Amino acid sequence: MELLLNIVIYLPLFGALLLLIIRQDDWVRWTSLLITMATFVLSLPLLLQFDISLTGTAQYMTVGEPFLGDWDVKYMVGLDGLSMLLFMLTTFMAPIVVLSSWSSIKKHVAGFFSMLLILQTGSLGVFAALDLFMFYIFFELTQIPMFFLIGIWGGTDRIYATVKFFIYTLVGWLLMLVALIYVGFAAGNMVNDGVFTTDWRLLTSPEFQLGLVEQTWLFLAFGFAFCIKVPIFPFHSWLPLAHTEAPTAGSVVLAAIALKMGTYAILRYLIPLFPNAAIAFAPMFAVLGVIGIIYGALVAMVQKDVKKLVAYSSISHLGFVVLGMFAFNTIGAQGAIIQMVNHGLSTGALFIIVGMLYERRHSRMIADFGGIAKMMPVLTVMFMIAMLASIGLPGLNGFVGEFLILVGSFNSVVLGSYWYAVFAAVGVILAAGYMLWMFQRVMFGPITHEENKKLTDINAREIGLLVPIMIFIVWIGIRPTDFTRYSEAQVTWMLEDTQTRADAIAHNAHSTELPAWALKLYDVTPQVASYMESDHEEGATTAITAASGNSEVNRRENEENGL
Amino acid sequence: MDAYVHLVPWIVLIPLAGFLFNGLLGMASGTFREQKNLIGGVATLAVFIPFLLALWLFFAMSGDSDAATVSLFTWIEAGSFTTDIGYRLDQLSLLMTLVVTGVGALIHLYAIGYMAGDEGFWKFFAFMNLFIFAMLNLVLADNMLLLFLGWEGVGLCSYLLIGFWYTDMAKSDAAKKAFMYNRVGDFAFLIAMFMIFQIVGSLRFEDILSGTGLFTTDQVFIIGLLILIGATGKSAQIPLFVWLPDAMAGPTPVSALIHAATMVTSGIYVISRLSPFFMQSPELMLFVAVIGAFTAVVAATIALTKYDIKAVLAYSTVSQLGFMFLALGSGAYVAAMFHVVTHAFFKACLFLGSGSVIHAMHHVEHKLHEEGKHVHFDAQDMRYMGGLRKYLPHTYKTFLIATIAIAGIPPLAGFFSKDEILVMTFNAGMGTYGAVYIGLWAIALITAFMTAFYMFRLTLGTFHGEFRLPQKFSEAKGAEEHLHESPVTMTSVLWVLAALSIVGGFIGIPNFVVATFTGTADVNLLSNWLDRTTMDADLTLSKLVEWFLLFGSVLVAAAGIFVAYRLYEGDQLEASDARISERFGAMYQVWSDKYKIDEIYEGAIVRPTVRFSERVLDVFDKKGIDGFVNFIAAAVRFTGGVVRYFQTGMIQSYAYGIVLGVILVIYMLLFR
Repeated sequence: MELLLNIVIYLPLFGALLLLIIRQDDWVRWTSLLITMATFVLSLPLLLQFDISLTGTAQYMTVGEPFLGDWDVKYMVGLDGLSMLLFMLTTFMAPIVVLSSWSSIKKHVAGFFSMLLILQTGSLGVFAALDLFMFYIFFELTQIPMFFLIGIWGGTDRIYATVKFFIYTLVGWLLMLVALIYVGFAAGNMVNDGVFTTDWRLLTSPEFQLGLVEQTWLFLAFGFAFCIKVPIFPFHSWLPLAHTEAPTAGSVVLAAIALKMGTYAILRYLIPLFPNAAIAFAPMFAVLGVIGIIYGALVAMVQKDVKKLVAYSSISHLGFVVLGMFAFNTIGAQGAIIQMVNHGLSTGALFIIVGMLYERRHSRMIADFGGIAKMMPVLTVMFMIAMLASIGLPGLNGFVGEFLILVGSFNSVVLGSYWYAVFAAVGVILAAGYMLWMFQRVMFGPITHEENKKLTDINAREIGLLVPIMIFIVWIGIRPTDFTRYSEAQVTWMLEDTQTRADAIAHNAHSTELPAWALKLYDVTPQVASYMESDHEEGATTAITAASGNSEVNRRENEENGL
Repeated sequence: MDAYVHLVPWIVLIPLAGFLFNGLLGMASGTFREQKNLIGGVATLAVFIPFLLALWLFFAMSGDSDAATVSLFTWIEAGSFTTDIGYRLDQLSLLMTLVVTGVGALIHLYAIGYMAGDEGFWKFFAFMNLFIFAMLNLVLADNMLLLFLGWEGVGLCSYLLIGFWYTDMAKSDAAKKAFMYNRVGDFAFLIAMFMIFQIVGSLRFEDILSGTGLFTTDQVFIIGLLILIGATGKSAQIPLFVWLPDAMAGPTPVSALIHAATMVTSGIYVISRLSPFFMQSPELMLFVAVIGAFTAVVAATIALTKYDIKAVLAYSTVSQLGFMFLALGSGAYVAAMFHVVTHAFFKACLFLGSGSVIHAMHHVEHKLHEEGKHVHFDAQDMRYMGGLRKYLPHTYKTFLIATIAIAGIPPLAGFFSKDEILVMTFNAGMGTYGAVYIGLWAIALITAFMTAFYMFRLTLGTFHGEFRLPQKFSEAKGAEEHLHESPVTMTSVLWVLAALSIVGGFIGIPNFVVATFTGTADVNLLSNWLDRTTMDADLTLSKLVEWFLLFGSVLVAAAGIFVAYRLYEGDQLEASDARISERFGAMYQVWSDKYKIDEIYEGAIVRPTVRFSERVLDVFDKKGIDGFVNFIAAAVRFTGGVVRYFQTGMIQSYAYGIVLGVILVIYMLLFR
């Protein structure tokens, strides 16, 4: 199975090389389709053989030899509950993306599809990597093809969009690279006999204890990079641009896969690596998530470009994911994971559908449409389902994620207030507002433009590529446990483990050595000092007791408010 | 009941099968879409078979049967949260199931004739079956989350069916409006679920109702208020009722099924379902009652002024739903459910009757156009009708029966249920906040008068007098010969519903009526049936007071009818309205402007939100956030541009720099 995992990761890259020797455009398309289909089929055994009860470790692990001189940086891939669903989402979406570009891409066909395939290997690597350094490398491997996909096959403003996307992301990730190297050395000193290491197992071992001040800076550096990638408000301004200018396939990959790298990285690295900082900063991230939900929805509402509207709706949906992760409980985190998958499916479908409209009408402006339902009844049904999934209708996938996130954050001890969930839930109303309004203006009413009277409904290929997404939208909506069960155990373990390690680190922290802001942030009161003088028996105030202290305050407030 | 509960999933799933059958085949095949009898037949059977199953369960059960649940599979699960797709069979859910499938099947049958000429025939029936499926989930769910699935599901079907003729922008506006107002209510409902889960740790009704002791009074009040807001959305009460009149844009069978008989009663169902919970807070109960009474009177005043026959019926529905909320708030859950049942009969009959009228009027317009006469009129406007009883005898008779029923004349169905509500409100006047309840009772009594009045105004204006269309348009002379009664599939449904409107009230004959003569009595079948599922307030009134109230409500209804006859018999519709308008002046204007609530929401919430997003947020996003990012980039480029000039490549200038640097360092070391 270890070998199979590697085959799945590199088969698309192999396919990309293969495309270089193929001259015929049609052959290129069929080869790409075949390769991505094969990748998907080969990834299925990984899912079926996956042991959902195993926690604290990855499965199908390949551990290579160190390749960076004396440093303990090695090729290391495997899957666990955190990555399994996203890995499968990537293999699942790839053939769909290939099919969606079948007729819309006419220039440099081989180049386009090889970029898509390289991008897939990069994405699969990002989700499978178990070494922080490898994660970084795979991540950069996704950036380059994305840069070209937007820059060569994009819309009119493609160069500006792609440069902005690339540099913005790069700035964040370079900062993270510096922090990463620091972490590598620190980990080397603490748990690897002085040898630089970025092995995920060592980085999350209980003996690896970063000081509170170090954690703060490293957390912020990593957090900055991930905030840009997700993107979290207010680091999102590259996204609407990149989404609008990218070709359909680029938008779909960006929405379905690439944005998930940011949220996945938060769950995989940001939270476990810097447990105290993650807990201390959780309310701040949750606030940004909630702002993103409402802000994204309001801005989406007034967009005149359908694609931009969907792009802003992504910001809103990803706000939910962030909120769920920083709720720091299984319900919220599980909701966040399934919401990542859901967003990939429904927003992916929306971008594909907008692409189909664009291919026929060469416009993305809402005002250029109207009454399309009459001309394209089958597309209307698909569009309707994707839209309803996106606004969180119970029975479809979107509801499951949003609901769990809201329940999780409502009950979150770390966040300590139900207001996050209440404000986030306002997004549920707004989502219906902007989606239904857009849908009405595009699909309903009389046909006001002559050009729209000639529109033809989607063909067999287009139906064929949408139907699998629709099946999963309904499947996840009705039986989400078929999916959430893969991550349940590992997520629970990860959160508990993070809290345990945060406890231990806070316990060992000496308040006298900390600057005032850190004392305040981590709530390490000077009592520790008196404990050191063995006057008191209560002991150190840990971040976790601080957190539960918050919850006591919250409970008191609740009682006062009669809740 | 355990032996029978396994039938329940079938009741729910058969309409889903009907939806899939018609929906998928209709989408796939053009020839299938022409098989209208097959489509309509399958759809009707998909509702009728569940009705038969429910009927079987009804005869297998009694008022003493224990509730039973059946769970299909785990739906959503994470951490400590878990919910099943599970159904609960008890007296309350079965009562609702019988109404939904029974009235539902009749309306499906009617719609086969009504929709016969529509090209979206297959789609219509697919949506209708989907609605029944969602509605059955709502009433049979054993937990709040599955109820919520049904809750939003019926909202979706309502959206799809209101906007059924989607090429008309006004109709799709109405659909969107319905969805949005419901979403606002659903938001409150969601928060209520979060709070309940936080306190009880489960969303199953069984756990919530057995755990009512876990809630503090304040928690009960807030959660109850949130559920009430959710209910005001779905059941069209103040402040969220404005979507329902617009919802009449949908085909008339939809108005009858969704916006009169079933979906709009789901708010009443939910509160009845949670009656032991609501009973814990008298303040909450008062709130429910006040909302109900005010909605009842506000909607009734608007109904007085409308000429669109469906609009009158729509406001009448809002008003009757207000009566039901008043009952809930008075602790009279049986009375509320009783009115749900009787209202489903007579209001469905009225709506379908109006559909028959509209059908006929459309036919007239169509024929006139065929004759080359370009007469354009609103087929739903009463002012062009009048005298229809001669041409539509079955429609007229059934419509009249249903009107008498809703007006509250004994022994028709509406009398018993409305009287029970009035009695129970008065009864609540004996308890906590008694004075307020007496006030609400007075409001309800006035509303009952108005109900009788505007309903007879409608009936007289539509069916009595002379046919006014030829008077309005000289070209339309002789148009009455085109007026035809609807086909028998439609009129037979009207007669069944009319019959139910006559006898439906006998399921809830008040005990005191018989007890006065025999000492004790046990004739209120509905009360016995629902005894174990709802927690009603105790009736403390003496028999004398009850008789007094009963005669009072009959008197009020009769007075309403009498005044309506005096004003509207014999083609006095517009003249009398003008007189009333003069008499009431500005107040009448407020009524006919629908209290300007739409304009207030539009001006105070919708437009400011859109404008703020457009002019502030969208600009801020481009100029502020993205502008800052671009500023950073520009600053970097600028710095690079400046620094570039120092890279001259000449050794001398570098040497100067080094020397200057050394001097600076020495200076700092020496004179620090």
